[in-house]
Amino acid sequence: MNTMLKMDSPAAPAEAPTLGNGIKVVARDVNVYYGEKRALFDVSLDIPERSVTALIGPSGCGKSTFLRCLNRMNDTIPIARVTGRIEIDGRDIHDPDLDVVQLRANVGMVFQKPNPFPKSIYENVAYGPRIHGFANSKADLDGVVESSLRRAGLFEEVKDRLADSGTGLSGGQQQRLCIARAIAVSPEIILMDEPCSALDPIATAKIEELMDELRQNYTIIIVTHSMQQAARVSQQTAFFHLGILVEDGPTQEIFTNPTDKRTQDYITGRFG
Amino acid sequence: MGVVYFTGLALLVLIGFFFGRARALAVGHTENLHSRPGYHGGFVVISVLLPVLALFALGVPFAQYVTENQALQAYDPAALDDAFKRSAVLRDIIALANGQFSGQPTEALRRAADTYASLHAWTSYLLLTGGLVFGLLGIAYGLRKLSARFRARNSVERFVKGLLFAAACVAVLTTIGIVASVLLETIRFFERVSPIDFLFGLHWSPQTAIRADQEGSSGSFGIVPLVTGTLLITFIAMFIAGPIGLFAAIYMAEYATPRFRAFAKPLLEILAGIPTVVLGFFAALTLAPLIRSLGETLGLNVASESALAAGIVMGMMIIPFVSSLSDDIINAVPQSLRDGSYGMGATKSETIKKVVLPAAFGGIVSALMLAMSRAVGETMIVVMAAGLAGNLTFNPFEAVTTFTVQIKTILVGDQEFDSAKTLSAFALGFVLFFFTLTLNVIALQVVKRYREQYD
Ligand SMILES: Nc1ncnc2c1ncn2[C@@H]1O[C@H](COP(=O)(O)OP(=O)(O)OP(=O)(O)O)[C@@H](O)[C@H]1O
Ligand SMILES: [Mg+2]
Repeated sequence: MNTMLKMDSPAAPAEAPTLGNGIKVVARDVNVYYGEKRALFDVSLDIPERSVTALIGPSGCGKSTFLRCLNRMNDTIPIARVTGRIEIDGRDIHDPDLDVVQLRANVGMVFQKPNPFPKSIYENVAYGPRIHGFANSKADLDGVVESSLRRAGLFEEVKDRLADSGTGLSGGQQQRLCIARAIAVSPEIILMDEPCSALDPIATAKIEELMDELRQNYTIIIVTHSMQQAARVSQQTAFFHLGILVEDGPTQEIFTNPTDKRTQDYITGRFG
Repeated sequence: MGVVYFTGLALLVLIGFFFGRARALAVGHTENLHSRPGYHGGFVVISVLLPVLALFALGVPFAQYVTENQALQAYDPAALDDAFKRSAVLRDIIALANGQFSGQPTEALRRAADTYASLHAWTSYLLLTGGLVFGLLGIAYGLRKLSARFRARNSVERFVKGLLFAAACVAVLTTIGIVASVLLETIRFFERVSPIDFLFGLHWSPQTAIRADQEGSSGSFGIVPLVTGTLLITFIAMFIAGPIGLFAAIYMAEYATPRFRAFAKPLLEILAGIPTVVLGFFAALTLAPLIRSLGETLGLNVASESALAAGIVMGMMIIPFVSSLSDDIINAVPQSLRDGSYGMGATKSETIKKVVLPAAFGGIVSALMLAMSRAVGETMIVVMAAGLAGNLTFNPFEAVTTFTVQIKTILVGDQEFDSAKTLSAFALGFVLFFFTLTLNVIALQVVKRYREQYD
């Protein structure tokens, strides 16, 4: 387990007693600008540890933008500018002393469209461990690759063709490969941006099952357009609208008893 | 005649199109058309174009042939069989018929010119009338075919396909034609010089004597020095252009700010646009002396024309080639792959090295191969900077010579056309062609193998 963010963060809660209910991510007054255009308005959100948090809201409301703030992927967009404070385990991720490479190793990401590298299945999963120097020997690496593929529920399907290209898999398999690739570096947080939008119901069910399992060990934040999916997999839900975080809370409550009119309209399908 | 013919054709085409479309529109009021009216118009156009163009393509040469033969017959039947005399006489006849003959024409020539002129006018009228008739018939045929159920769209599609096929054929046939003509001369060369001596001979000096009794009448035609010279210069050029071009491309595609790009890309394109002659005298007048004096201070013996100077400048010539091709290829790598890598915590250079470049590998290899065949085929720079001496050497400080330089040297100036020396230029050209062909095939193969592995 990669604990680099924990070790040097004084505010980090002690490991054992907070299991399953500590706050992993704290966002305060986060604003994002793309050039002149403001995409997020003072978003403040707490994300609990070892659970699934769903971000929902109509298209263009800033869900992906918020998600990308959490591993500073917005840094790769030249015109994007982020203000506000984001803490992971009590540590400010914009702290100049913090290495963005380590941050991203600790906060994995799965994208909307499966994007396996044009390399073999094995090399896809081994990519992260290799660049971070996690595995000391070939046997180590083999072990990491196998266990990551197993946890992503893909190993049985591909164990005989690890040397084949990752791009030759089906869409659902590719997405699970991307998940395996992300968990191979043992992140603590996994961000998923609409991971099922390109998948059929069976592949979707597999990935949802997987998320349910992964939340035993990981903090998962998922963007989804499917109310049903949010209701099925998540414990917390946050509803965004036009760049504003309208409402957040336990999924049960948001879906059965939303306090804001906009949330109500959205989840009952009146707009979006 | 041609102008009138094609103006008429254009008119017929326009008329055909509008009639066809109008007819289809009229029919369309009462019944459902299979194809849109434009396609019906198009079909009529095709039924006009095809016969009228065919008549022109076949009729004009035929008319020419008949006219010339009749004119020659009238002049002197003996001239018909002698190809040499035939063309000389014809020139006079045509000149006289056009009123451009200088001097006093003979009676026979005048008769021939009259025949020529009248036949020429006659066949022209015939062709024009024929074209008109064919065109009108075409319109009639096209209009007759039209009905609501008629599949005009399919016919037009077929015609378009045929047209594209014809274009492809022309391209392929041109290549075959060029290769065949070079091959033919090459075979003639090999009747004089044995292919073994040519391919494996270590000495190149194609000076053959003009008269058979002169000294040294049988030059030597061993191309090994040319091969080494060409390879040496190409290698130097690739050594320079490969890394610089590739790194520049990576910088431009991955690191440069839009502002730097906007400023540097056009500059690179200017470098690509410098005529090679200019680069050539830069090599010969600036770089070669520089290298020479540099070598002297180091105690090296550098020739005033050196492979190094030519290779460096040639490298400069192909840098923009390598960099702009590679730039496009790197840009074509999907952003999602980069995001995937950054999302794993990879740094920029790790991402480039492990994801972007492998994904672009096939394209980059073929770009390098293309650049290399440019270098192999480049003439002007080497002519000016590398010298003419066929030295068999791998020393970049000596003068060497290349295929292209020798071809140019051999064919410039007065030469007996079927001497071994002249013919050797074709053999050189053929070997050069074979060389670049091999490069291209290898490039394709690499790209293909890479695709199989990763797609
Ligand atoms: N790279 C970018 N450059 C400029 N504007 C952007 C960029 N990315 C996003 N935006 C803008 O920011 C706003 C929020 O976009 P974002 O992608 O976060 O929406 P989203 O909620 O993820 O929508 P969707 O559900 O359609 O994915 C949008 O108005 C969008 O136009
Ligand atoms: Mg999005």
